[in-house]
Amino acid sequence: MSTVEQTPMEQPAQRQGQPRHSRQQQETTREIPAHQGGADFIGQVTTRQPGPPRVGPPEVRRDTRTIRGTDIVAAFGALVAAAALTGVLFDQIAPFSGVVGFIAIAYPLFLAIYALLVSLEENALTVRDKVVSAVVHSTAVIAIGALGAIIFYPIWMGWDALWKSNFYTEDMADAGTLDPLELGGILHAIVGTLEQISIALVITVPLGLATAVFLNETRGVFTRLVRTVVEAMTALPSIVAGLFVYASLILLLGFQRSGFAAGTAISIMMLPIMIRAADVVLRLVPSSLREASLALGAGQLRTVWHVVLPTARSGLTTSVLLATARGVGETSPVLIAAGFTPYLNANPFVDAQVSLPLATYQMVGSSEETMQTRAFGAATVLIVLVLVLFVLARVLGGRGAGALSNGQLRRRARASARDRERYIAARAHQQAHFLPDPQQPPGPQQYGPQQPSPQQPDPQQGAQS
Amino acid sequence: MTQLTSAPGPVAVAEAPRRRVSLPGGIDRVFRTVLRGAGLTVLALMATVGVFLLIRGLGAFSSAGFGFVTTQAWQPDSGNFGIAAVLVGTLLIASVALVVAFPLATGMALYISEYAPRRVRGFFTSLIDLMAAVPSVVYGLFGSTLLQWKGTDIPKWLSIQFGWIPFLDVPEADPDNPLSPNGVYMTSTFWAGLVVGFMIMPFICSVMRESFTQAPQGEREGAFALGSTRWGMIRSVVLPFGRSGMIGGTMLGLGRALGETIAVAMIISPVFVIQPHILGSGANSVSALIAQQWGSASPFGLGALMAAGLALFMLTLVVNFAASAVIARSRSGQGSDA
Repeated sequence: MSTVEQTPMEQPAQRQGQPRHSRQQQETTREIPAHQGGADFIGQVTTRQPGPPRVGPPEVRRDTRTIRGTDIVAAFGALVAAAALTGVLFDQIAPFSGVVGFIAIAYPLFLAIYALLVSLEENALTVRDKVVSAVVHSTAVIAIGALGAIIFYPIWMGWDALWKSNFYTEDMADAGTLDPLELGGILHAIVGTLEQISIALVITVPLGLATAVFLNETRGVFTRLVRTVVEAMTALPSIVAGLFVYASLILLLGFQRSGFAAGTAISIMMLPIMIRAADVVLRLVPSSLREASLALGAGQLRTVWHVVLPTARSGLTTSVLLATARGVGETSPVLIAAGFTPYLNANPFVDAQVSLPLATYQMVGSSEETMQTRAFGAATVLIVLVLVLFVLARVLGGRGAGALSNGQLRRRARASARDRERYIAARAHQQAHFLPDPQQPPGPQQYGPQQPSPQQPDPQQGAQS
Repeated sequence: MTQLTSAPGPVAVAEAPRRRVSLPGGIDRVFRTVLRGAGLTVLALMATVGVFLLIRGLGAFSSAGFGFVTTQAWQPDSGNFGIAAVLVGTLLIASVALVVAFPLATGMALYISEYAPRRVRGFFTSLIDLMAAVPSVVYGLFGSTLLQWKGTDIPKWLSIQFGWIPFLDVPEADPDNPLSPNGVYMTSTFWAGLVVGFMIMPFICSVMRESFTQAPQGEREGAFALGSTRWGMIRSVVLPFGRSGMIGGTMLGLGRALGETIAVAMIISPVFVIQPHILGSGANSVSALIAQQWGSASPFGLGALMAAGLALFMLTLVVNFAASAVIARSRSGQGSDA
């Protein structure tokens, strides 16, 4: 066989090309039934064309599958061989123990055996391709596995705490480090997180949205400067944001270390994330829509408010939700700007207020097992919160600019139908009050100039679409 | 219409491009002012971060002088403090993180853009984005309570086999004693860097994936048509095309790794000497120093921490600006599909 591997890129070309070709050939043979050159190969039909007949081996239909049986067998065999070999080697030769050690030995062995198996029937080029493919696939497995482990580990460890109702309804005021899980909870952290993220959103959403619109609606040196600074600030260390709020809001303006200061610090973290995401989304709004609106006489404000923002609504929702998901998990700004407390503090403007990540950080530092379980429970609540925000962002946001959901489509159809009724009513009104001029000849010009233009069926089309 | 085309006489004088002198006024002018105000606010917020830290840290700077960058100890109240140890620690943790994250991110980005079936690409992209949204305290939990306890064998093996490389040596360890405590392999630069590497992997991966998927389809098919294998195509088309995306994404990840706080603070046990043995216990970073010292610092100590924060801020700012410049250059090559 050739060294060329069958790839998905080639498939469409062959799937479309080959049948069409053979159909043409069959038609040719049907037109000229008595010929000598046709059907000379088994199962093949060739065209009768002037020139020498085709020579060479019969053309066999190519196998275009990307995964062949031998590939699966080779990969599986290599896996089993590596596992077995590692099992033999494990305690005698290698200094490893445990699952990590097993994988650390088995994986290179797997790659080597797989390369060996492939090299039995393929050339060096293909062997290299297969090994790289195996490495890339295992990287994906490692990354996804790490994500799964990181998410499920706190759930597993905090399971005991999660099923105590007091975990969600009490703070840590009455519970010492030695108390069982039946006493105390993370209500103070949940309340703190909700209040701080609300404060952060109140600051971030209007300011971020206005800045994103600013970046898209104006041009010039200043706009470019703002965009550059925002992009550079996306990776502002969160602890620096906390320090900044401490230096400005608390030391300079005299606020207390409080939930409000923490929310402000979180909003400084969220702003660049949200502005960048919203900027990208707004840039995707088709300029034809914007130009159409301006051409109809709308000003800039009306264009932005009625055309640009509604078109980008789903993407903007995503940007807000993703920024929220990032803001909820920030620990260090809260650590710097709000401080730790075991008590429930519902007032975000006075005194220390803890948040879920900060509570996790503080409680896991304890050597007591119940405290650690509480820390894992708090982390689980945090993870669930982030997951919900993330899934919401994907569900609400997944669509591109201008793509509408079913509900939006229905609403738009209804609006169009209303417009149509309005046009028809207006036309009837006009016909009733401004009768056509009898002097005008009949024909397409029979309606006077004050009649609605022949463009009138347009609303109907709008209603249908 | 017909009139225009039938009369191409002197009427059709080319009109000079019109210039609209005044933008539509009234409410739109107010609107634009509000927008400009928002932009200005954001700019001012971001620009004053450095200024405020400088003002607060000025006292510490002037008292420490040049010693601020050469002293390793951190005792601000006795005047003996500097960021030499923590800055080196930060760089070491970030380097380990990059060594971990770069291959992982490259593999994952290649998988999503080249290997994964078309149907599941969006799903995997979402998973990587989710990984970026997982709070750092959760990564810290994973690293501090599970990974470094269960995975002690990895640094042990590395230090025994490659101990002749200076920075992989663990002087405190006694490999001949089977009962030696494993604590010498924990709370190290290695573990902090590993966890931070997993944290920054999704950021690097998403930049890389974006630049890989922009590799021109025509050139990919050309490579296949010339008989290339998939890896051959990736090596000759996708990787050269995505090179600046790879560099830029990695630098973006570096910026994040330098600033990561909580996960590092949870894993390391702080030392205030330059610890070149990355597998050995004890490490430090600027942000972890701030997080751990914040609660117990005196007013002057707070100023010193602000100064340290300013140093970190400057470092990340340089890295981030460089990264966005590289990424911006990579995007300009987008339309090279012939």
